[in-house]
Amino acid sequence: MTHVERRTPPRAVAVARRSLPIRTELAMLLRLLGLQGAWNYETMIGNGIGFCIEPALRLLPGGIHTPQFKAALARQSKYFNAHPYLASVAVGALARVELDGEPADKIERFRTALAGPLGSVGDRLIWAGWLPLSSWIALVVFGLGAEPMTVLVTFLGVYNVGHIALRAWGLRVGWNRGMRVAQALANPVLRRGPQVIAPLASFAAGVGVPLALMRVIGSGRALLGAVIVGAALGAFFLVRLRGRIEGWRLSLFLLAAFVLFAVAR
Amino acid sequence: MMTALLPLTLLGAVVGLDTVSFPQAMLSRPLVAATLGGAMIGDPMSGLIIGATLELIALETLPFGASRYPEWGSASVVGGALFAGATDTQPTAGAMILAMVAALATAWVGGWTMVRLRQLNAKWAARSRSGLDAGARGTVIGLQLKGMTADLIRGAALTALAVLVFAPLSNASLALWSADSRISRAFAVGIATSVAAGAAWKLFHASIWARWLFGAGLALGFAMVLR
Repeated sequence: MTHVERRTPPRAVAVARRSLPIRTELAMLLRLLGLQGAWNYETMIGNGIGFCIEPALRLLPGGIHTPQFKAALARQSKYFNAHPYLASVAVGALARVELDGEPADKIERFRTALAGPLGSVGDRLIWAGWLPLSSWIALVVFGLGAEPMTVLVTFLGVYNVGHIALRAWGLRVGWNRGMRVAQALANPVLRRGPQVIAPLASFAAGVGVPLALMRVIGSGRALLGAVIVGAALGAFFLVRLRGRIEGWRLSLFLLAAFVLFAVAR
Repeated sequence: MMTALLPLTLLGAVVGLDTVSFPQAMLSRPLVAATLGGAMIGDPMSGLIIGATLELIALETLPFGASRYPEWGSASVVGGALFAGATDTQPTAGAMILAMVAALATAWVGGWTMVRLRQLNAKWAARSRSGLDAGARGTVIGLQLKGMTADLIRGAALTALAVLVFAPLSNASLALWSADSRISRAFAVGIATSVAAGAAWKLFHASIWARWLFGAGLALGFAMVLR
């Protein structure tokens, strides 16, 4: 009886890394800013995840021409959906598990499990919290009579301090925790952040509405009382409609009608 | 206005790209994009005024996930430039309303172009399926860069087209403008404030604390403007 030795190609020996080289980390951080460059309805930000992880995958034993590199890149470029800023957590964690040489099926299960929470947390924290807060703060500054440059620096400064910090933190924490990254989502900023930001944004909105209104209204100031009553009724009407028509569409329709009235009269 | 078409087109491209593709630093928010649009014409303050008004409206639309929303970046450049480009002999309030209409209409078309671009990205990804499945580095990076370049071109084309259409239209309309300046301005501001207040309600309706803070802020804001 002949003995046939069934050999599988040896797994590349992964080198346990405690930290990413600074150049690799910076390349990943820069690429994270373009994460949504190929956003589409089929793979969402999947290709972007592969694009961002690629600099880390170059550190796999043998570099970019090995089957391990190609298999990892193919795996990481499949469908993925998450908030674009918090996707940095996934990018860091997935880079870590790839370089740690975890089995492919385990990485794929982990990747699938990551997407959901990173989407909902990011939406509440950034789109419904940090962005409106930054806008309202800038509108308050505008309403106080600030110059254009001051308003722009305020808005872009406040917003991007949070934006860049979140992306950088996400990449770092994802890398440091790897498979155990779920614990990072219990971070107080992510868990309680939306509950803290929403009241702050509400206060800023309260201050900002009258201040911004007064600065923009100019010659219409004589009709201030009517504007306030009209705006309150309009807001009540929009809220009652519960999203059946968006405010910007209604604004376009009403303003276009006013133009026709003003021109054709 | 037409002499500034090239810089406005470039600015529209950059802020259009910023909306989703790169770097999402909110250069595309009306407050920023309209001010920069106005600055290109030599009047950043007018750009800021229209930008703040559009920002009040834009606060209602937040870019959640795959939802469809107007593209405020390129649109605000157009709005800011049109308002800043109004001459001293033209009615300011009329110019403001026309700039808002131009920006809102461009934002609408811009939102549609973003959807088309996403569909195009999907088509390109499907065509590159074999390369993606093989883990080809060039395919992954190429798709990403192709999508960003297409978005840049989208923003540029949209801005240029909108300026070419709305600048003469705005001038022609202003020559015929007959509405009272105070009423025109009050109407525009009233609409923007309505939408902003509706958007603010979304922030605080779920929390009693937030409601109280909104009320306190409103009281403070009115006290500051009426003093």
